[in-house]
Formats: sequence, structure tokens, C-alpha cells
Amino acid sequence: MIAPTQDPPRVDTIAEVTWTQMVTASGLTESELAELVQYGALEPRDPRAATWTFEARWLFVARKASRLRRDFDLDPHGVSVLLSYLDRIEALEAELRKLRAQLG
Amino acid sequence: MKYKDYYAALGVERSATADQIKAAYRKLARKYHPDVSKEKNAEERFKEVAEAYETLKDPEKRAAYDQLGRHAPGEEIRPPPDWGQSFGDGQFSFDDVDLADLFANLTGRAGGGRRARNMPHPGQDFEAAVRLTFDQAFTGTEIEFDMTVTEPDASGTLRRSPRKIKVRIPKGVTDGQKLRVPGKGGKGVNGGPDGDLYLDIEVAEHPLYRVVGNDLYIDLPLAPWEAVLGTSVQLPTPAGAVSLKVAPGTRAGQQLRLSGRGMARGSSAGHLFALVRIEVPTVVDDAHKDLYRKLAETSNFDPRAHLAKETAR
Repeated sequence: MIAPTQDPPRVDTIAEVTWTQMVTASGLTESELAELVQYGALEPRDPRAATWTFEARWLFVARKASRLRRDFDLDPHGVSVLLSYLDRIEALEAELRKLRAQLG
Repeated sequence: MKYKDYYAALGVERSATADQIKAAYRKLARKYHPDVSKEKNAEERFKEVAEAYETLKDPEKRAAYDQLGRHAPGEEIRPPPDWGQSFGDGQFSFDDVDLADLFANLTGRAGGGRRARNMPHPGQDFEAAVRLTFDQAFTGTEIEFDMTVTEPDASGTLRRSPRKIKVRIPKGVTDGQKLRVPGKGGKGVNGGPDGDLYLDIEVAEHPLYRVVGNDLYIDLPLAPWEAVLGTSVQLPTPAGAVSLKVAPGTRAGQQLRLSGRGMARGSSAGHLFALVRIEVPTVVDDAHKDLYRKLAETSNFDPRAHLAKETAR
């Protein structure tokens, strides 16, 4: 499971996006997106719902996944591993920023 | 149309094999991909690399590119006349076309990848970087900027055109945040939905405030006697100066929290932390030295009491 980033990117007007919007905005196929959900790289609001909806911040993750897939020629599993590392780096960088800010 | 040297962008010879081109692309992608790279100008550099690879990896496009011959980068070129027929009506002008779009158009022709003419399909998503000052990010702002977008024209050919974008940035955005502006991307075709606009927010550093998520940190230098006796100071905050009480016995490194004085977070706000530093005067006249000596002689304060046991061994 990939933990959501600490300070999720907020979206100014829409708080929820549909499955169709995820497909359109990411350019990934439905089966690629479903695989990413299966690996925990994307988290629907209710995984057991008949139709998935997402908090809008997952759009950015899906778009990043799509870039990584295309530009590095990765399969969805490789993408999900890379995303989890990028998440960890982001969390560490946030921690580092905080420590530096506290040092003055 | 301006010539671009795709081989130079990938750092390969014009005679390079498909495998060599792929290897060169992968090496550069690993180094410059904006999602994984911290290199300067990574995004710009990767765009060049990706554009070059997009054409050179496809044998048909590479052959077409090679047909253009060798030119200096940026040199105006005119493609062979028969290329115009590739674009539907044959009335095609290359003057305002970018080389990348030209090859993107070639795919549509060769692969039949272009969507059926009357089918509705969504407009493209646009992406732009937005640089804000700290104050703009703190209070929210309205920005207007120009960008060049690539969109299909009436005949379905990709064209670059300038676009004026006006967006309201909510207060409290932070560096690295991404915003989505629904419906502000390319126009949908045949009744398809409009695309979205994605903004990458950059916020310039402030000389006083350090931003961590929604919290802010500011240094609060105190004189030794202020820290011992307590005091009241005027502290700047982004929303205006406030009076801050410093309790007697305040130590260096302590964080004094000003609740809700940080960056906005929805309807609430983060905190502002004043980070205590104790500064000492470096130039002290004799009268003051005497005061310090008197203090040293009469005080029984020992900041190294916890080390005493170790040093006594």
C-alpha cells in the first residue's frame, strides 16, 4: 500500500472525480488503471463500490503514473513500485524541510 | 518551420541503430525525467529528448526526418512539396508549424490513429508552471499569463496557437502543489468535454518566513536578559505585526506557537512558529563587562551540571 502524501495537492473546485475522468485525464487504459488500484497505487473512495470514485488528488497520481509508464516503458507494476519510492522521497524531503526550518 | 537536430538531442550519430537510439533515450530519461530528476532545467531538457525520441524510434518518421537533410538547428526549412498532400486538402502551409507537431500529424496519417471525424472526443489537457511570490500564495491572487497550446484545427491538423489564461489562485497554495482548473484546457470536439488546465505552483522563498506544509517558521532573536526576565516583542506575521509575550526563562530553540497565523488550509490555517535564538553582544564596554562579572560571581546557575559527574571521573 502506498500511503497518501502528507500534504495532498488540493484542487480548487472539484473534490471528487469519476472513473471516466480518471481514464480521460491520465490517458491510461481502464485495465492499466484497475491494475494500479489493485497494487494500491491508486485508492478509490470505496474500493467495494460498483463504480469507483476518487478524491481529486488521485488525478495527479494517475497522470504521473501515465507519464512514467510511457516515458520509461514500464508496466503498471513497475509504475506502482516507482510511485511508492517517489512518495517516500517526497515524505523524506518534507521531513527534511521541516527540520531545516526548525534549525533556522 | 525551424529545424531541430534530433540526433544531437539524443547524442547519437545519424547512423545510430534503433537499439543505440533507445539506449541513449533511456539514459537521458533516467537523468532528466521531471518526475524523478532534481537536475536543473530537467523538464526543458527532457522535452527535447522525448520529442527527438518520439520521431527517431519510429522507422517511418525517422526516414521522413532524414529526408529533411542536415541543417543548423533553428534554420528555416521547407519540407519536400509532396508532404503537403499528407495533410488532407493539400493546401498546407508549413510556416507556422512546429517540427514536433508535423511528425505527430504523420502518425495520424500512417497509423489511422486519428479519431473518426464526427465522434465526440475530449479537449486536450494543458499544463503550465506558475511562479508566485510568497505574499501572492499567502493571500491568494488572480493571475494572467500567455501560453502556447497545440490543438487540432478544423481539419484535425495539430497547430500551435497563443492562449491567454486567467486563473484565480486560492490562498494558501504551497510550493510544488498542483492545481487543476476543470474545463480550462482545449475545447472538446463534436460535443466532447473540454480539457482541463493543470498548474504547477512554484512559490518563491521569503527572506523571513520558512514554509513547511501550512506552517510558517520565523526566527525570534532575544537578548539574554530578555530570555531570562521575559518580555513582549512586536513580531511580523504575513497578515500584520502582532505583539508576542515571551515568558521568563525562555530557552534557545523553543518554538512559540502563534495559532492560525500560518498559511490558509481550507477554512482554517496553519500555525506560525517563532523560533527562539539567544543572541549575545559581541562588543561589550567595560561598564557592561562589570555587570556580567557581578552576575558570574553571584549566580549559582550551572548549565553543565549534568556533565559534572563525567568530568569528575
